[in-house]
Amino acid sequence: MKSGSNRIEAVVTDVVTVNDLVKRFHFQRVDGGLLPTFSGGAHTVVEMRDGDRTRLNPYSLMSSPLDTHDYTISVRRDDVGRGGSLFMHNQVKPGHRMIISNPVNLFSLDLRARKHLMIAGGIGITPFLAQTSQLAGRGGNFELHYSVRNEALASYADVLKQRHGKRVNIYRDDHEERLDLPTLLAGQPLGTHLYVCGPSGMIDWVRKTAADAGWPVENVHYEHFAAPQPGKPFEVTLAVSGIGIHVGENESLLEAIETAGLNPPYLCRGGVCGQCETNVISHDGKFLHNDHWLSDEDKAAGCKIMPCVSRFEGKSLVLER
Amino acid sequence: MTIKSRPVYGTLTPQAGTSHLLIADAEGAAAILDLAKKAPAGFFASAEIMYFPGSEDRHHVDALKALAPQKFYEGPSFAAALPRLRQILEEAHMGLRLYVAGTEVLISQVELAANAVGVDHRAIQAEHRGSLARRVQCVHCKGITENVTTQPYTCSHCGLLLLVRDHYSRRIGAFQGVCINAEDPTEIPEKEEIFR
Repeated sequence: MKSGSNRIEAVVTDVVTVNDLVKRFHFQRVDGGLLPTFSGGAHTVVEMRDGDRTRLNPYSLMSSPLDTHDYTISVRRDDVGRGGSLFMHNQVKPGHRMIISNPVNLFSLDLRARKHLMIAGGIGITPFLAQTSQLAGRGGNFELHYSVRNEALASYADVLKQRHGKRVNIYRDDHEERLDLPTLLAGQPLGTHLYVCGPSGMIDWVRKTAADAGWPVENVHYEHFAAPQPGKPFEVTLAVSGIGIHVGENESLLEAIETAGLNPPYLCRGGVCGQCETNVISHDGKFLHNDHWLSDEDKAAGCKIMPCVSRFEGKSLVLER
Repeated sequence: MTIKSRPVYGTLTPQAGTSHLLIADAEGAAAILDLAKKAPAGFFASAEIMYFPGSEDRHHVDALKALAPQKFYEGPSFAAALPRLRQILEEAHMGLRLYVAGTEVLISQVELAANAVGVDHRAIQAEHRGSLARRVQCVHCKGITENVTTQPYTCSHCGLLLLVRDHYSRRIGAFQGVCINAEDPTEIPEKEEIFR
């Protein structure tokens, strides 16, 4: 089965303004049936048809995995991004028909854990909404630590407090509330698994602090979708297909390859899963690697590129596609 | 041809951590002594060693004690010490690192105990030393036989003659034994001692 081809015809049943930056979208199947089963931490790829261009962006499912009559996602508005979040905020209304992908989980709970310790920053809260619902439903042991800019932008803090009480701890930047991570990590029972989702600086800080405190990498899970960044347009030759393509300023290389009529495999479209990894046949110029997948050696060698998030600047680029 | 589930073991290497639990049987003591050469100063001040000498002579016990670990425990067998190990694991905090060296039987049992409290086997430093004897589960009666050294072997539960495969279950902590003469039970291949 080809990945990425499992598309679901969905209709937007509700759009809710959560705060100044975040809107929540509810999806149901057009045919009224149940959506596929998923586990906490899964995402769906939403296809946005905006005039003659199509964007496909991954969003974590935040609704309870115990209820698949609808899927909900939350979208944080990014005024300087490629326009996907602005399209969702400004164009998508209840009744809008959209194609979404089957759920894929690259940030799943390790259910062997004796305890689940979750660290969220900002919109990184969304996968934890689903994970905490999943764990609470089966009596799981978890604790959530959620950092927000201020009360007004603390998306779902109230819902989480109401659902899970003392298991949820909120830290407000504007009140100088700070998570004391080294102390928190030192007090966890053996067999605790740590999950972090938020800005990349936060993920790096948590991973480093955990490694220094003697946490094995097997117990530390993180998810950071790199949104494709806009950049200078560039030309690419697809050697296998024998065609040349143009990658526009606000378009990802993967999207340009798809526009040319090819269907390369993908799952996350955020530089995490590795599905769209593409071999470089030759290049004269500089890679802008934005993924979390390729090793530093591969990036330095210039032998591979992740077309979902990475770009190129230079004279020529020939890919094995 | 190697079966993918056949475990591959490494060499004990000191890990960043707040405390360390090192478990060894027989020849496994030598792996701890080798690790000591690479360990940072103060490593053993926060370390506990659990050692099962078996029939080994006493010099390993003395050498391990000379490392001056915070605690040293010597026991007659892993099975006898399992409640003690479980208690240590249940009371421990993250930051404790696990090391196991010696027979595959010991490694498998430590991995199982650690797994029960949510520690992945990949988070455990494991080094194989000494006997190649295997813990094998009969796929027919599910009975487990410890310290299997011959190929084939006779199931100590149901009596079938079993081929020991490289197929390994981490959930059970044992290799798989499959009847070697199911078509013709009168055909009895000679046993060879190959897992010594």
